[in-house]
Amino acid sequence: MSEVKKIATREGYAEALLELGEKNPKVVVLDADLAGATKTGVFAKAYPDRHIDCGIAEANMAGIAAGLATTGKIPFMSSFAMFATGRAYEQIRNTIGYPHLNVKIAATHGGITVGEDGASHQCNEDLSLMRNIPGMVVVNPSDAIEAKAAVLALAEYEGPAYIRFGRANVPVINDREDYRFELFKAQVLKEGKDVTILATGILVSAALEAAEKLKADGIDAEVINVATIKPLDEETILKSVKKTGKVVTAEEHSIIGGLGGAVCELLSEKYPVPVKRLGVNDVFGESGSAAELIVKFEMDGNGVYKNIKGFMESINK
Amino acid sequence: MTNQELKKCANEVRKGIIKSTHSAKSGHPGGSLSATEIFTYLFMEEMNIDPKNPAKADRDRFVLSKGHTAPGMYSAMACRGYFPEEELLTLRKVGSRLQGHPCMRHLPGVDMSTGSLGQGISAAVGMALGAKLDKMDYRVYTLLGDGEIQEGQVWEAAMFASHRKLDNLVVIVDNNGLQIDGEIDKVCSPYPIDEKFAAFGFHVINIDGHDFDAIRKAFDEAKSVKGQPTVIIAKTIKGKGVSFMEGEAGWHGKATNDEQTEIALKELEEIGKNL
Repeated sequence: MSEVKKIATREGYAEALLELGEKNPKVVVLDADLAGATKTGVFAKAYPDRHIDCGIAEANMAGIAAGLATTGKIPFMSSFAMFATGRAYEQIRNTIGYPHLNVKIAATHGGITVGEDGASHQCNEDLSLMRNIPGMVVVNPSDAIEAKAAVLALAEYEGPAYIRFGRANVPVINDREDYRFELFKAQVLKEGKDVTILATGILVSAALEAAEKLKADGIDAEVINVATIKPLDEETILKSVKKTGKVVTAEEHSIIGGLGGAVCELLSEKYPVPVKRLGVNDVFGESGSAAELIVKFEMDGNGVYKNIKGFMESINK
Repeated sequence: MTNQELKKCANEVRKGIIKSTHSAKSGHPGGSLSATEIFTYLFMEEMNIDPKNPAKADRDRFVLSKGHTAPGMYSAMACRGYFPEEELLTLRKVGSRLQGHPCMRHLPGVDMSTGSLGQGISAAVGMALGAKLDKMDYRVYTLLGDGEIQEGQVWEAAMFASHRKLDNLVVIVDNNGLQIDGEIDKVCSPYPIDEKFAAFGFHVINIDGHDFDAIRKAFDEAKSVKGQPTVIIAKTIKGKGVSFMEGEAGWHGKATNDEQTEIALKELEEIGKNL
């Protein structure tokens, strides 16, 4: 088997920013002393006048982004997911969300793949926090290619949006000629009839791997990449679920409030079927390499496979 | 406008505050009355604004960081002609454009939605930075409460504004000395306010916030300051203009009843006659 190419999704963010810098003078980028890690430093080097380092003051950064948006700028504000959405939650809610301003909260270091820094820096709650804000779009790209495409799409979209990137190098799965990103659309990556796997972010590649393994057990899984978690592409999801009757959600996030939460809200109202939520089980993360943590939290292909197999067996009992 | 005209205007603004909060049976008259001269001067004299074109690109911006004193701002906006005075009576009612705290999506002319203390100043800083990036010469004004500056975000914003040399930004602190739980220096003293802002790199002006002469001089002086933001610390009396409200923390967030409203309006009528 040939080696899978691995790139961090934050690299896609940097590439998109460079492109936006060139083609859209309204784009400005804010950071809170993490420009190296969030990759906005790449933009700073090319467009120093449009990169605003706010220092270690995320709450103020959110307000500045809001103020800039009222003057016609398209601000991308970056920090780690923990500090962007956690520290500045109320600022985002009240000063960006409530006035529905055109600010893009572009956070890196989402989830446990932050790795060695440990639980204080591993945000498994960001999707949940942002999803609750009225009018907020929430996007979680699956690889660096999708990350870049999603950032470019969000720059064209008028309104507040949250997009999450990761620190660790993760498999590139969208490296193909016909790949097109569509904001607000879930994408069926593999068709199947027995179970629907709704995956988001870096769990999409794990879901594809798990689906391959399930084949050997005679389970034909459909894999859907839910890159936009809010608004949820109800049509695509319901169409699949009506076919398979069983759902697994997979995300590098708490099973509370993120994709799993969103899907359960949808299905319990419109098409109740058995659901298994895979993700962080209401616990904090811990230190370790990203690769080790992914295995420990059963977010690798094998972990996802085992959990889905167990879920299918429990239903068939 | 002459100072005499401004005084008359301010008196009308005060009446609007009493009438609108009475109509709403809630709201924050105390800090609206203390900042009345500031509201009046900004909306009637200082700012380059046009009620007929509230979104014009080169307008001066105003962010009411102490958003709970919306009745003061609304009343000044009505005086300036943004909407008919009668609309003040819809304050805080279902369907009203006059939300309990200002909302830019409800009311044209409101430059930022505020209400959660400490956040408006950051947005104002963002606007001032936007003007600099676009090489436009509009100015940005933001009004803070003296209790509000207990919020740490205010000092994040102050540090940034000074670091970026935002001389198009004027921060006004309504120093009425009272917050919900009592006197600010008893609750958690922010004093010395002037020295703190000076240490953060601001040009500091201390004034009597009810004296239009001093207010005019302060805003004119702010325009001449280059390379740093200005803070105007306006010493005021909470509840100013209504005898039983002056200096009483209890009138922070409470509306007058029918009887109190009658007395308050009568007092303001008297003040108006003597102007």
